[in-house]
Formats: sequence, C-alpha cells, structure tokens
Amino acid sequence: MSYVATILILIGSIFSALAALGILRFPDLYTRLHAAAKAGPLGAGLILLGAGAASGDLLTFLRCLFGLVFLIFVSPVSAHLLARAALKSGDAPVNTTSINEYRDSK
Amino acid sequence: MIEIAANIAFAILGLGLLATVVRVILGPTLADRILGLDTLTTLGIGLIAVFAVRSGFYLYVDIAVALALLGFISTVAFARYLLSRGSP
Repeated sequence: MSYVATILILIGSIFSALAALGILRFPDLYTRLHAAAKAGPLGAGLILLGAGAASGDLLTFLRCLFGLVFLIFVSPVSAHLLARAALKSGDAPVNTTSINEYRDSK
Repeated sequence: MIEIAANIAFAILGLGLLATVVRVILGPTLADRILGLDTLTTLGIGLIAVFAVRSGFYLYVDIAVALALLGFISTVAFARYLLSRGSP
C-alpha cells in the first residue's frame, strides 16, 4: 500500500507542476484554462488519493475519495464559468484560435 | 520511503507555486489573475495533503477538502464579479 501511495503522490505532484508550467507558458486565458482545469482532479485529486492510501484507515480514505469526487464535479464548472465570464467581458482569444462558436452565433 | 517521496513532492509543488505566482503578478487581464489564484488554491490542496502524509496527522486531509470548497466558492464569486463588471 505504501508503494501505491508513493507513486500516486509523485504522479499528482508532477501533474500539478505541469499545470503550473502551462499557466506560465501558454499564450492566452483560454489555453491556460485548459491546463489549469486538469490541476484540480488530476493533480490535487491524485495526491489526496495517495494520502488516503498512505493512511491505511478506511474513514480517512473515504474522506479523501470525497475530496476527489468533489474536485471532479467542481473543476469543470469553475473553468466553464471563468471562460464564459472572460469571453462576455471582451477578453479576446489569441490570433491562432480558429474556432470561436460564441462569436459566430451572435 | 514515503518521507522521501513527500519531500520530492514538496519541491515539485513549490516550483509549481512559484510559476503560478509569476503568472498572477504578470497576468495581463483580471481573468488571468483569477485563474492564477484558483490554481494557487489547487496547489495548496495538494501541499496540505502531502503535509498530512509527511507529518502523520491525517486530520489535515479535512482542511484540504475544506480548502477545495472555499476555492470553488471564491472562483465563482470572482467570475460573477467579472460578469457584472462588464468590459473595461
């Protein structure tokens, strides 16, 4: 169980760092959101699952599982809400973005 | 062995926090800064979970879950503010 927890924690922290790298390097908000929305369920969620596996306690594992399920439900909602708010307040995508259905439907 | 993995995870998450703080400072628009703060909260959840493993106090997992809830609420509030503010 300790090996599983170690691997889960390392994979989760690497996913979190890659999401932060994407936030630093991508050209505009919408591509950055694409990287950041994965940091919740994959990065923090896998670390939580690893912590639950490391504890060896069923109740702690269930709480970690609840945190993971909550992150899976919540992360797309907040990313969609932020993208919609930015698009409505006139934050233009980068020039190489070819599809913008919100602009075309107006 | 899991202590070494926790230390490595601390280092990796610290680098991620540093990159996100740079984006929050640089971020050209308000939405970029909101995104950066949301990601800071997410990285904080991971950091607290790793700290729970490192110290052996698994009560910290509850704090991580509560921080996830708080981060979602704050992002929704900031997005509503961005919507109500309109175009600058």
